[in-house]
Amino acid sequence: MTGFGETLGQALWLILSGDADLWAIILLSLRVSLTALAIATLIGLPLGAALAVGRFPGRRTVITIVSAMMGLPPVVVGLAVYLMLSASGPFGIFDLLYTPAAMIIAQVVLVTPIVAALSRQVIADLHTDLAEQLDSFGLRPLARIPTLLWEGRTSLMTVVLAGFGRAIAEVGAVIIVGGNINHVTRVMTTAIALETSKGNLTLALALGTVLITMAIAINALVGVLGARARSGVPAHA
Amino acid sequence: MRDTGQSFTGGDARALAPRARGRTLPLVARHLGYSIDGKVLLNIPDLAIHPGGPTVIMGPNGAGKSLLLRLFHGLIQPTQGEVRAGGQPLGPATRRRQAMVFQRPVLLRRSVAANVRFGLRRAGLPRAARRDRLDALLAEGDLSGKAGQLATTLSGGEQQRLAVMRALATAPDILFLDEPTSSLDPAATQAIEDLLRRASAQGTKIVLVTHDPGQVRRLAEDVVFLHRGQMAEQSPVDRFLSDARSAAARDFLSGDLLV
Amino acid sequence: MRMIFLFLAGWLAAMAPALAGERHILLQSTTSTQNSGLLDAILPAFEAATGIEVRVVAVGTGQAIRNAERGDGDVLLVHARAAEEAFVAAGWGVARHDVMFNDFVLVGPQDDPAGIAGGADAVAALAAIAAADAPFASRGDRSGTHLAELALWADTGVDVAAASGGWYRETGSGMGATLNTGVGLDAYVLTDRATWAAFGNKGGHTILVEGDPRLHNPYGVILVNPARHPHVDAEAGQAFIDWLTGPEGQAAIADFRVDGAQVFFPSAGPS
Repeated sequence: MTGFGETLGQALWLILSGDADLWAIILLSLRVSLTALAIATLIGLPLGAALAVGRFPGRRTVITIVSAMMGLPPVVVGLAVYLMLSASGPFGIFDLLYTPAAMIIAQVVLVTPIVAALSRQVIADLHTDLAEQLDSFGLRPLARIPTLLWEGRTSLMTVVLAGFGRAIAEVGAVIIVGGNINHVTRVMTTAIALETSKGNLTLALALGTVLITMAIAINALVGVLGARARSGVPAHA
Repeated sequence: MRDTGQSFTGGDARALAPRARGRTLPLVARHLGYSIDGKVLLNIPDLAIHPGGPTVIMGPNGAGKSLLLRLFHGLIQPTQGEVRAGGQPLGPATRRRQAMVFQRPVLLRRSVAANVRFGLRRAGLPRAARRDRLDALLAEGDLSGKAGQLATTLSGGEQQRLAVMRALATAPDILFLDEPTSSLDPAATQAIEDLLRRASAQGTKIVLVTHDPGQVRRLAEDVVFLHRGQMAEQSPVDRFLSDARSAAARDFLSGDLLV
Repeated sequence: MRMIFLFLAGWLAAMAPALAGERHILLQSTTSTQNSGLLDAILPAFEAATGIEVRVVAVGTGQAIRNAERGDGDVLLVHARAAEEAFVAAGWGVARHDVMFNDFVLVGPQDDPAGIAGGADAVAALAAIAAADAPFASRGDRSGTHLAELALWADTGVDVAAASGGWYRETGSGMGATLNTGVGLDAYVLTDRATWAAFGNKGGHTILVEGDPRLHNPYGVILVNPARHPHVDAEAGQAFIDWLTGPEGQAAIADFRVDGAQVFFPSAGPS
């Protein structure tokens, strides 16, 4: 194999050359993973908060299951979603297999438990400090959720980024339900898998470098916005 | 149910006053008991807090002062007996007329103004009225210059002042305070006490827990003395300080260690 | 909230204009046709001529056949003749057509511990590898290549299942991953010539045995049966099969080169 410097050089060249195919792949990766992350956040944050402050029978069991699901193997999720969406599966009529929508569904399944379980911990810790004060303001447990989510926004941002990391880096599920179809469902990770299987290890590693650069850029962006949210007067109503 | 009381929108002079038509006093404990695993932590057969100047709940550590405050405020459900507010059982409607400030200020990670606005929203005020009242409250709390500052970056005294202003933002009939100055220096303590005196003068019932006899002297109109979960006595402040009827209170005031 | 706004902004920015609305078919195929670059080379001509986009899912032959059985594809292009005929016989496919062939080759390390270099008898070479306890990396994934490899082992009489984990290593992976493993382990590997020719991580490995008639590797194309799966676009699928087995497709296959060498040979009979 060639040296790491050459890999970095190739990665840089890939980004700077503005290769149309590469940019299409990067944009599809972002589109799929950010959409999945948005959906997973909309489900996972309220779910995590409800598990943190709610008191209902079976709560401990649900928490255990959600926590365990953080470690769902992507391949298994991919297979399950594939069987659901396959032409012979229960949702075959929607014709979603081998589309970005199928990849989004698989990533939602992978990311939601991470967002829910980690945010539950964040909210639970916060709730320990705020429960009496919010109770004093007449807020019943479930009504405290919007306040708690806003109070925990800094930590929750990290939770959401962890979910993004899982989504953008995952290959096992999207390659099964997306099929790695060129110009349709090929994303960064499946492209890397393909180049690896072609033995183009330098190119694969260069693509990996691009992926990492992308992840760093997103994290930095969120960091900047997060700092602004902390310092300024929040617009939250 | 919407109040249209004038004290709400109009006068900055009455920013610390309760909403009009407050009828959640007297606050009465009847056969009030709280126990865990059969161990009785508090047992108050009969106690009434009446409208008027500040009532101070006093006693050594572990006497059940904070517990009584939480039972009065409905943060904890009694295992025995009940709390009645203005002749009604304590419930969401009566609890909304109460507010509480804790020993360590629990502030939201937002600006000073946003913290007060949080209290104003809980009071269910219309938006325009909220803005007027916000300015008045910040002025009363001497926090106008820090409206935009992140609340958690304030000094300890400012934080507690903000907590008091946020609680008063809901225009409660009763304001409970659980040792609000125990970790503050004299100047900051004085600022809080001034605030409480003004609120009391405008009609807000102050119920404050302390173990500082000086604070009793400076603030209280009447005193409830607790010892080992029992009410040792309830007296007007002058008599309590000069001629306390319970041995426990006399010992405590004379500086003996009560256990 | 700000976080949601961020997502929304990111999502909008990432909305690629990849929402192709035109007609397309789904081709379940094998990694060899994709990794060698064959499909990338020949499909644009078909797409330009017909306006039908061909979306390729490249997996092992076994998985491609199973996907097609479930109706997840319009056309199947694979290389395991017996399995293909069974697929058609069971009614999953309409008919099998010869498309092309290439051949398998045995690749291995230059020091060649089993001494098979230059041989033309694949069975004898495998027997020598087994006798030398020399490492051999197998796909182990029921792919076309794996099935061909097992048939050769059957002729040697060597029980590879018993040797699994020892000198016989089943990767359970695609051709590329198995080649990467084989190069890393200094192991012998049976691969199709096209994938090997286009493979970028050959290390010190070279072709040691080739030319045995038993290494013949035919590819067939099959239309998934619309009677079983009504959503199959039979018209477009058949158009692709007709093109692939017709003069244009066959010429395109013959013209495809990897490093100047022909790696697929058209074999469609005159229709």
